[in-house]
Amino acid sequence: MGKIERTGLTRRALLARTVAAGALAVTGAGFIAAPDAAWALEVSVISEHQMATLLQMARDIYPHDKVGDRFYAVAVKGYDAEDKKALVDEGVAALDAAAQAAGHADYVSVGWEEDRVAILQGMEDTAFFQTVRGGLVTGLYNQKEVWPIFGYEGESFSKGGYIDRGFDDIDWL
Amino acid sequence: MTAPFDLNDDSVVVIIGTGAGGGVLANELAQKGVSVVALEAGGRYLPEDYINDEWDSFGQLAWVDPRTTSGDWRVAKDFSGLPAWIVKAVGGTTIHWAGASLRFQDHEWKAKTTYGDVAGASLLDWPIDAAEMAPWYDKAEAKLGVTRTGDRAGLPGSNNFKVLEKGALALGYKEVHTGNMAINSADYDDRMACQQTGFCFQGCKWGAKWSAAYTDIPRGEATGNLEVRERAHAARILHDDSGKVTGVEYFDKDGNLQMQKARIVCVAGNSFESPRLLLNSASAMFPDGLANSSGQVGRNYMRHTTGSVYATFEKPVKMWRGTTMAGIVRDEARHDPSRGFVGGYELETLSLGIPFMAAFLNPGGWGRSFTTALDSYENMAGMWIVGEDMPQADNRVTLSDVKDQWGLPVANVNFSDHPNDIAMRNHAYERGEAIYKAVGATRTLPTPPYPSTHNLGTNRMSEKPEDGVVNKWGQTHDIANLFVSDGSQFTTGAAENPTLTIVALAIRQADHIASEMAAGTI
Ligand SMILES: Cc1cc2nc3c(=O)[nH]c(=O)nc-3n(C[C@H](O)[C@H](O)[C@H](O)COP(=O)(O)OP(=O)(O)OC[C@H]3O[C@@H](n4cnc5c(N)ncnc54)[C@H](O)[C@@H]3O)c2cc1C
Ligand code: SF4
Repeated sequence: MGKIERTGLTRRALLARTVAAGALAVTGAGFIAAPDAAWALEVSVISEHQMATLLQMARDIYPHDKVGDRFYAVAVKGYDAEDKKALVDEGVAALDAAAQAAGHADYVSVGWEEDRVAILQGMEDTAFFQTVRGGLVTGLYNQKEVWPIFGYEGESFSKGGYIDRGFDDIDWL
Repeated sequence: MTAPFDLNDDSVVVIIGTGAGGGVLANELAQKGVSVVALEAGGRYLPEDYINDEWDSFGQLAWVDPRTTSGDWRVAKDFSGLPAWIVKAVGGTTIHWAGASLRFQDHEWKAKTTYGDVAGASLLDWPIDAAEMAPWYDKAEAKLGVTRTGDRAGLPGSNNFKVLEKGALALGYKEVHTGNMAINSADYDDRMACQQTGFCFQGCKWGAKWSAAYTDIPRGEATGNLEVRERAHAARILHDDSGKVTGVEYFDKDGNLQMQKARIVCVAGNSFESPRLLLNSASAMFPDGLANSSGQVGRNYMRHTTGSVYATFEKPVKMWRGTTMAGIVRDEARHDPSRGFVGGYELETLSLGIPFMAAFLNPGGWGRSFTTALDSYENMAGMWIVGEDMPQADNRVTLSDVKDQWGLPVANVNFSDHPNDIAMRNHAYERGEAIYKAVGATRTLPTPPYPSTHNLGTNRMSEKPEDGVVNKWGQTHDIANLFVSDGSQFTTGAAENPTLTIVALAIRQADHIASEMAAGTI
């Protein structure tokens, strides 16, 4: 299984090895990483291109502009596994084929979200799409680190609840 | 004899399930000196064990043994293996419940008489009425410590309530308040006051909310008359040649099949498991299942007409802070067919955290329409619709081809909305959206029903044996020493959350069983 870790790679080294432009870098070294080297995701079973495609797909299914790639990466890293490989092979190939039919090099190089969404809509009923989408519901939204981005405060018992911490503090009504 | 009881002790009352119905019945009987063995499929969890985390709590408490679904309800598509969100633990679903505790309105005991014939609905009057139930409701409210009953004050209003209240009053609604809640507004009955932690659905870590798990169950055990056997899954109810029940076979915590003898058996496994157990207990003498001469076991499944309305605003609401369901608008609960449907509905505050909101806001939904709603989560308010749904003969629990870990056929739950349910839900969506628009909602989100939390009617109470499964005491029409003690007794569902009525019926049933035992009639 791949693992997320902070890398010591410099921004320049990463950019030099980048084989596809975009929000994330497919480095060609067994992992994909953020252009600013804030995080990286190793792959060992599926290819970097496949992982990059899954990550883009995850963003397109549940796009939150304030949620960084690293959270989506956590949500899809489980696909780098032997028992998922066939599903990923078939699914990513189908996405790329649909992108090529629409005149693009592959799915990740489609520039506009709405064009990628149109491709996804054409695949909505496939097991691949439904598996990825269903997995994201918990894989993305059940990350405690994501909750503050939405304002959600999580566990409150240890802080004594909200009885003295604003359960009734609404001031604009 | 005092607990623990011997497997061959045939003087005991065996209760199956320890939730709102079974847990209360067990304690009430024990207090009266009756020996009780309660079999509970789940384990025991107390406030210190509860988890302030939606999925972790679900994993700890929820019933996730297999079930199957059919019918045109959306739950069958989105959550095909999870028709209900209920608990498998000592205390049952009273660990998850939100505490809303409302009496039926008087006319709701007589739905058939009040509403008349509704095509496609199998409406029936309850064989009991408001006057008969009033003293039992008094006892139930005192047991649960229901706010705004007796001399108990209401809970303070949370942010989510204040939004609902302002919108509802702007529309001219009159009966708007922080609810009748089985949640302490002040210390009561050795339980502390609500600390507004906002995880009522996950088990109250303060014990401010009533749950059988830490009130009735331990109090019953303290008498020496109640033995609760945890992780004991009832598999089959046995009977003798005279047709009386004699005991219960169950799988114990180690997976071994045991048999507990019984003088009386009370079934209280919630509205899927209770009929399933009666059907799985079929024998040569009762080939269609126990207590099923009417063919009504499993039929008339009701789940309330539900749905939610969430809305986003320009500024923060932080609806997750504070008591989940302490807020209600009751004006639409009346029966007023001019709205295009019979029966009525309540609107109650509701909040989900981000993990559950993502799963339930629009199951299967994706893309920006979905995610921009979540982006405004902090500015969201929410309410839940709970209205009377029509009983229908084919909305029913049957035995599925799928088997569980014990090799027993699981429950299949078939449900389709009645046109009255759809008309009511659409009316409620419109009213709920109007309430929030009246306070400046920027977007409203009419949200589909979740997996069922209220499960009713599958062993219904009837005057005549041919119309239902149990009589006015919850005693099966067919077998004198077999009772049903949970929400599956409901003849009709009324607009109100059901648990106060389940508890009132259980207290009343305990009184009846104890006096019949004393008189030697059962
Ligand atoms: C999230 C949530 C919120 C809710 N909020 C409210 C509310 O605010 N107000 C309200 O009135 N109601 C509410 N409810 C509904 C309420 O919890 C139920 O109506 C009530 O608990 C049902 O009581 P019961 O006795 O029928 O079943 P339960 O309380 O579900 O108890 C059944 C028990 O039987 C056990 N069991 C089942 N089969 C077997 C077997 N074969 N052998 C042994 N044991 C078995 C189960 O494990 C379970 O413990 C809520 C429910 C949920 C899920
Ligand atoms: S809000 Fe109140 S009732 Fe709900 S869990 Fe917290 S303390 Fe308990």
